[in-house]
Amino acid sequence: MAERPEDLNLPNAVITRIIKEALPDGVNVSKEARRAISQAASVFVLYATSCANNFAMKAKRKTLNAGDVLAAMEEMEFERFLEPLREALEVYKKGQKGKKEVSEQKRKDKEKKNDSENDKSREEEEEEEEERMEEEPEAENEAEAEEEEVDN
Amino acid sequence: MSQNNPDKDDQTSANKKTISLPISRVRLIMKSSPDVSSINQDALFLTTKATELFVQHLAVSSFNSGSGKESNSLSYSDLAHTAEEIETFHFLTDILPKKILAQDYLKSLEQMQEEDTDF
Repeated sequence: MAERPEDLNLPNAVITRIIKEALPDGVNVSKEARRAISQAASVFVLYATSCANNFAMKAKRKTLNAGDVLAAMEEMEFERFLEPLREALEVYKKGQKGKKEVSEQKRKDKEKKNDSENDKSREEEEEEEEERMEEEPEAENEAEAEEEEVDN
Repeated sequence: MSQNNPDKDDQTSANKKTISLPISRVRLIMKSSPDVSSINQDALFLTTKATELFVQHLAVSSFNSGSGKESNSLSYSDLAHTAEEIETFHFLTDILPKKILAQDYLKSLEQMQEEDTDF
């Protein structure tokens, strides 16, 4: 457990936004309630981590994996989260994997187009491509940095 | 989301939508647990996502069962009530204690002492 849980709070602005989106429009959430939910969320993370870690330890693994987290949710009786979690993980994995594949594919497509297609569609394609190029390096670096952190 | 149009741009925006809490902060909280040595990327993502689902679930459950429906508000006591009444939220009772008046607390303390002396 953390010695000072208040140091390990989640960002209030994000928590507030999630609460607002979950509740009907115009519900007033008191400041005290928001702080309490935020603290509850931190405790939830610790509780889930501890449960997941038990599963990893039972299997003699040192690294927590997705299966451990899902098993923890079941143990904590949050089965209702399982389906949305699996779906989100699918999308996330596709996104991670897709980053490199898609950019490769686009490059190939572009080469093909340069050879065969007419000028107008090529210009459009290039424009789009430029936009993507601006975003890609940053996004990939982020993902890589995150992975490095995790390994340590 | 990205099925119809498997564009790079669509995928990044889809990724942004799947989680809004910062993964790095969640990782910090997880790592504060002493027996955790390492966490893989998927487990980290799932925990972050689960935390968001938990926040929604706690807020909605408390709002629906609480007194705030008429006044259109969510208060601390609604949350404390949920922690006490709904079993899956029992682990929150330490962090969401019910507020009681000092005089009531003293009374229950007296009662407890009386019960102790009975044995």
